[in-house]
This record gives sequence, C-alpha cells and structure tokens, in this order.
Amino acid sequence: MCGIAGLIHRGKSSNVGEELQNMLQALKHRGPDSTGYALYANNDGQNFIMRFKVGENVGEGSTSVNEDESVYDERKKLVDKKLSELGATIMKEEKLTPYSYRYEIKYGKDLMWFSQAIESIESVEILSIGKSLELIKDLGDAKEVSERYGLNKVQGTHGIGHARMATESGVDIKSAHPFWGYPFADVSVVHNGQLTNYWNNRRVLENKGMRFMSECDSELIAVFLAEKMRNGATLEEGMKQSLTGLDGVFTYFVATKDSLGMAKDTMAAKPLVLYESDDLVAMGSEEIAIRSILPQEIDTYDPFDGEVKVWQI
Amino acid sequence: MANLKTSEKKTKAQSMGMHTEVLTGKTQQKFFNPDEAENFFYWGTHKVDFNKRTELDVKDMDCKEANNKIDQLMGEGYGTIVIKNPQGKHSLGVGILNKLNLIFEGSLGYFGVGSIDGPIVTVNGRVGWSCAENMMAGKVVIEKNAGSCFGAAIRGGDLICKGSVGARTGIDQKGGSIIIGGDAGAFTGFMMQRGRIVVLGDVGINLGDSMYDGTIYIGGKIGSFGSDAVEAPMTKNDIEWLTRKLKVAEIGNNVDLSKMTKVVAGKKLWNYDALEPTEKKGAI
Repeated sequence: MCGIAGLIHRGKSSNVGEELQNMLQALKHRGPDSTGYALYANNDGQNFIMRFKVGENVGEGSTSVNEDESVYDERKKLVDKKLSELGATIMKEEKLTPYSYRYEIKYGKDLMWFSQAIESIESVEILSIGKSLELIKDLGDAKEVSERYGLNKVQGTHGIGHARMATESGVDIKSAHPFWGYPFADVSVVHNGQLTNYWNNRRVLENKGMRFMSECDSELIAVFLAEKMRNGATLEEGMKQSLTGLDGVFTYFVATKDSLGMAKDTMAAKPLVLYESDDLVAMGSEEIAIRSILPQEIDTYDPFDGEVKVWQI
Repeated sequence: MANLKTSEKKTKAQSMGMHTEVLTGKTQQKFFNPDEAENFFYWGTHKVDFNKRTELDVKDMDCKEANNKIDQLMGEGYGTIVIKNPQGKHSLGVGILNKLNLIFEGSLGYFGVGSIDGPIVTVNGRVGWSCAENMMAGKVVIEKNAGSCFGAAIRGGDLICKGSVGARTGIDQKGGSIIIGGDAGAFTGFMMQRGRIVVLGDVGINLGDSMYDGTIYIGGKIGSFGSDAVEAPMTKNDIEWLTRKLKVAEIGNNVDLSKMTKVVAGKKLWNYDALEPTEKKGAI
C-alpha cells in the first residue's frame, strides 16, 4: 500500500510545493518509509535543472550501507569533471544534503548519452533532468522531506507525489518515487500497485538501450512510457498501451512540463479519487488528500477500470 | 452433529414453515429460533426517539472520537443525528446496531457506515471504498458517487447510490439490495451469493464474475459477462420487484424496466445448492 497524489492548476500558478506536501502528509498512513515530489516550478526555462545523488540517506530505517561522507565529495568531483568533458556548463550548484545536489546546467546535446556518462560514476544517480521539473525524494514523511529540501514555497503549475511503503525493494532513495522518465526532460511517474511482468519487460527494454536504476517495479512504468515516446507515441498513447503492456494492479500518475495524466488498470484494483474543475484537477489515493487542500464540500469520483486521462496546464 | 435427514423431531422453526426442506449437505446450519429472537438484543444498543434531533460537527475529530460521540448521543436518546463536516474521513458511522436516522452533510472516506444493522443513513455527498460493508439491515442512500467495493458482503437492507459507483460493487454480496442510479465499474457482483443488484446505467467488464446466486439487473450497456454469469428472461415478478424497489430508492422513474437485462448464475455449485435451499429460494 502506497499513497499517491497529484494536482494541476490550469491557467495559473500556485504554491504547489505546500499543496502537495499537505496532500502527501494526509496519506502518510499509506506509506511512512519515504516521500517523493515531482514539482513543475516556475523556472526561467533557460537551463536544465539536474538533481542527482552521490549516495544514500543512511538514517533511521534505511536499508542502505553506511558510507563515509568523504566518498560523496569524491563522487561529486567526478561528476563535475564529467560535466566538463561533456561540454556542459554549471551555472549554479546547491548542496542540499550530504548526498544530494541541485545543479543548473547549460547543455544542448543528447540527454541519453549525457545521463549514461554521468551515471557511469559509481553510486551516482540522476534523479531528474528538466527545465521545470524539480524531483525530490528521500526517507521520511512529506513534512520532513519538504522541510529538508525547502519545498513548501515552490511556486508552480502542477506536481505529483508519493508516500511509499517499501514492499518489494529496499528503504532507500533509489527505490523511492517519483521516477524520472529517462531520458526525457521533465517527465516523472508515481505508482501505487504491483507489476507482475516487471522482469520480462525490463529485459526487453534493457535490450533496447533503456536504463533501470533500481529493482522497484514502479520504475518500469517510467521506462515503459519513455520507450514508447522515444518511438513517437504521444504521452496519452503510451499510457493507453501500458494498460495491456503492463500486467498487474496499478494506478499511476505521469507528469510532463505541461501536462498531468492518470491511468488505472483494467481490474481497477487500486484506489483513486479525482476532483476536476475548470481551473484545478486534484487526485489522490484517498479523498482526505484532496480535502487537505479543498476543505469545502466538493464533488469527487473514482475513475473506472482501464481509464486514462490527461490534463494540460 | 444430528442426522437431520432421518430425525423425526422438527424444530420450532420447521413447524412454523420457515424450514421445509431436509438438509443433505455437509453443513452445520443453525435454525432460527423465534423465542430467542424475541428476547435478542445487541449489547451496547440504544432506544432512541426519532423526534429528538441534534447536530454534530466532526471537523476537528478523528473517526474514533466522532463514532464515540455518535454512540454517546444515541445513549442520550437522540434518534436523528446530523453530522456536519465529515470531510472524507474514514470509518464514520460504523457499527450502529439500532434504529437511527443518521444524516451526513458532506462526503465520507473509506468504510463509511460499515457493519450496521438497522439505521437509516443519508449521505449528501460522496462515499469512498467499501461503503456499508457487511450491512445487515436498514437503508443507506448516497446522493452522489461511490467508490469501489460498494456494499461489499452486505447481508441485508437497501443500499442506494444515486450517482455512479466504482469496481466490484456488491462483491461477496450475501443478501439485501444494491441500487445504482448511474454507471458501475468492472466486476460488479463479483462472487455474489444472494440478493439483488440494480444498475440503471452501464456496467464494466466481467459482470457477475464467479457469482453463485442472486440476480443483477442492468439498464444500460454491459462491458462483458464474467465467468458463470448468464442472461435470463425478465419476468412479471422481476418487474414488480423493480418497480417497488426503485420507488423506495426514489430513482429511475423514467426507466423502461422491461428492457433491462437480467443476469443470474449459470453454473450449479453442488455444495452451495445443498447447503441452504430454503434461504436460497427466499432470496430469489
């Protein structure tokens, strides 16, 4: 059981950081191990935002191996060196925790090649690349993660988030959601459910050159959609293909720089409550997530089995 | 276990005609005893006065506090309780085993009014998953939409949703009636055992999958039939029952009942057929 939440403001911006924090905090009981945010912020759109980690959070509850922090600094230096070799210019850098960084970089070539080069450094993982996507995930509940990364003042148009109960993989950042839709800028995915044809799909996708960073079945959705889009499918087409291509039970959200989508498996085995108005769509695993930002009486509904919906900002 | 097949001594229930058939299955059926029923009461129930009305704002309460407060108000004799600001909270109004007129001004989360036996409940908003799960008796009316597993395993009573419902409506239903004004999702009537489901709109795939018994009436399109579910002819009795029930539900005035699709179990399960024949006939 995990909790997922998402919202999109249509035609305006809002404090999506705080809104998503409230929604995910309301779902804490569904997933206390880690929390993740994919926020689509009002950045200037000039440079890529790259968020990456050079190690794991080894705090309470973590299943990761403890490492000396000096190792993190060494890896960070290797990243900087690699960026220089790739012809990328670091415009701004922020050290957010001992193990995670946010860089603004100027880069104009292939992101797939770029990502593979950076991630060839041991234990370095790019959490996201995009011009508006700010993807943050760490151990702890929504409020703790938000405070750790200063998210409750992020202004933007939309976002998706996840409160994770670790079941089939470890309590660590690499298994936490959201997952970046590598190698596409500004694509992210969160998922509630279980996929039963993970390994079959993973082998096929890896043979096609796609990359997996974890053994979390949810990562498959991001890679599956990315591969479809790489071959020319639209986001919505890729999502519709996922209803038959992915086996198991799932409700997932996917976001791009200007859209938010949801898909529900054909068994409708995982919950989702949806609120839709002219200027706002909010959805979550439970209605209390939506109520945390819309306390007034509202009309909500459960999408049906096999339903796919996409909204634009 | 007594050999019921050869026993000459009839129970009081059998004498009253409540059980006319001799069991041949492997069951341990307990017969209904009218003497016990007259004196039977649930522990912790209350005698209430419907004319005694109060309001309860649960905005700042968790579900346990709210349910305890409802119980306290029933203990004080309030028979009509209006709940303000439920705001999608889970498990509100559960386990009420006495008569009560309970009105929610807003929406409920998961497991709302579960395991109830007797109250009349109105929800002016929407309900989440598993509303009225294990309901024994009473009437529950949802004015808007409902989530999945609506009326899971209900044993009796009338459960009405005027909007649309999610998947697995009436899963494991063992009696009572579920009436939906709008559409219903996949697996409606999944593993249904008794009772009736009415959907005035469309239903999703696998309707009545693995149903043992009971009857489903569909007004709109059917995504697909599930395993063991088959169409049956509408009878005069069906139309009379639907007319009466839809009147109680206050929906479907303009529906041509003769055009509804009736769905029943198409497979005989020997053990199930042998277990409770009289009750089965009563349910159908």
